[in-house]
Amino acid sequence: MQTLTQIRDGLAAGDFSSVEITRDLLDRIAATDGALNAYITVTEAQALQQAEAADRDRAAGNAGPLNGLPLAIKDIFCTDGVRTSCASRMLDNFIAPYDATVIARLRDAGSVMLGKTNMDEFAMGSSNESSHYGPARNPWDRDRVPGGSSGGSAVAVAAGMAPAALGTDTGGSIRQPAAFCGITGLKPTYGRVSRYGMIAYASSLDQGGPMARSAEDCALLLQGIAGFDERDSTSIDREVPDYGARLDDGIDGLRIGLPKQYFAAGLDDGVARVIDAAIDEYRRLGAEVIEVDLPNSGIAIPAYYVVAMAECSSNLSRFDGVRFGHRCDDPKDLEDLYKRSRAEGFGDEVKRRILIGTYALSAGYYDAYYLKAQKLRRLISNDFQSAFERVDLIAGPTTPTPAFPLGDNRDDPVAMYLQDIYTISVNLAGLPAISLPAGFSDGLPVGLQLIGNYFDEARLLNAAHRFQQATDWHLRQPEVTA
Amino acid sequence: MSLKSEEVIAIAHLARLGIEDAAIDDYARDLSRILDLVAEMNTVDTEGVAPMAHPLDAAQRLRPDAITETNQRDKFQSIAPDVEAGLYRVPKVIE
Repeated sequence: MQTLTQIRDGLAAGDFSSVEITRDLLDRIAATDGALNAYITVTEAQALQQAEAADRDRAAGNAGPLNGLPLAIKDIFCTDGVRTSCASRMLDNFIAPYDATVIARLRDAGSVMLGKTNMDEFAMGSSNESSHYGPARNPWDRDRVPGGSSGGSAVAVAAGMAPAALGTDTGGSIRQPAAFCGITGLKPTYGRVSRYGMIAYASSLDQGGPMARSAEDCALLLQGIAGFDERDSTSIDREVPDYGARLDDGIDGLRIGLPKQYFAAGLDDGVARVIDAAIDEYRRLGAEVIEVDLPNSGIAIPAYYVVAMAECSSNLSRFDGVRFGHRCDDPKDLEDLYKRSRAEGFGDEVKRRILIGTYALSAGYYDAYYLKAQKLRRLISNDFQSAFERVDLIAGPTTPTPAFPLGDNRDDPVAMYLQDIYTISVNLAGLPAISLPAGFSDGLPVGLQLIGNYFDEARLLNAAHRFQQATDWHLRQPEVTA
Repeated sequence: MSLKSEEVIAIAHLARLGIEDAAIDDYARDLSRILDLVAEMNTVDTEGVAPMAHPLDAAQRLRPDAITETNQRDKFQSIAPDVEAGLYRVPKVIE
């Protein structure tokens, strides 16, 4: 199975065409995805058309930076003329009438879309089990979850059904499935990648990013999607560096901080052993490892869920059965139309979050919930800035355990939320972070998380790439049979 | 903190979300559990802390008040549940 960078180089050398590699991947999807459920929609005809166009462009000397590269796209990004379901019954019939900015950029760069990937409904979940289309399955053990919410994208890459994919990360939704499936996933700085056309869950936290086999591949894909967009009011107008340029720089003297709170009670022993070994690898590569303190990490989960659920209840009020999406049969009046369309269109977890968010924003409760959470958000962000005065990067586990069995946390929403303990502070602070394969515990992949300061994606990718030059965890693949 | 079933019904109405009578107790239990988790926020004193709305404290940008979108009504209405003469149909609102 080839990496995105290898495919780019092979296309450039004329070893194969985009049509050939695209057809190979479509065949593999047809043969294996029945068991894994990574894709909600496979866009076969369109993919082959795009691949043909890419091959023509290359022959004419007009190859864009991502010319002919096949990609999987999380089904949260609007794709003109293609169903964009967000894994919800609400949008099962929704053919997006426009492209998200990142989709337009990927298309203009010459890439090929293989299809739209499975996810937790409206990106609300950590296991992919809240999808209307059933869960995607972890290719390392099909009785376990792939993580979420970008579970389908992680499975597609891990099982060789796409060399790279787009995901989104509101509280860990790129990094946690990347860790569970043994791939590399980067959540960029808030504002680095346009949110226009990315169906909103929690607008002050959501950020799209690359998921691939290696840091080098993530750098290539991030280059294709990063940058200012005037259509996203929170996009940051700041120059995009060349993410490939610094990948091979040495990391001698790199200062890595280990937050003591990330190695405390609740961390699985097998995961801890893998992370300790990965930190030792960084020491061998010349990094200096220092303990740092993030004293407010303990209240990140409650603060996160208040912010996320409040913003979710507001964002999802647009789904009312009037102009698009699911509408109930025979509404007796307008209120019945709203209430039944939403009751039928949304799944249980989405309903819980809308209800809590509505409660937190209702008259008299704003200060106690949303405002309080925003103040805690400031404290959490300040903790990171104090740490970054002493270190260049922060390292720790991406998740407290490896992938858990399907159904394990389904009856207890709070137990599911605790899965996000190491990832959500990063979203609250708006920082970039990457998860990379660091080893295995009982045959299941374990992810190492590196957190950087604002707009320091190039340094994260450099540190991850150097680790991947010294190890081969990111090249391990599950055995996938039809 | 524990929510009563009347409170669940009131919140669901505010959210315009229909919930079945049989499910109200389950929602009350699940939502109460979530609110217990959320209550941990109160263990930290935030007196005098400025709330953070945007991670980089960026202000909302303004744009010139110019028309930039083109009319795509037919395309947008092709995915609507019920339209007539270019309008979106809903049940009668005024008796």
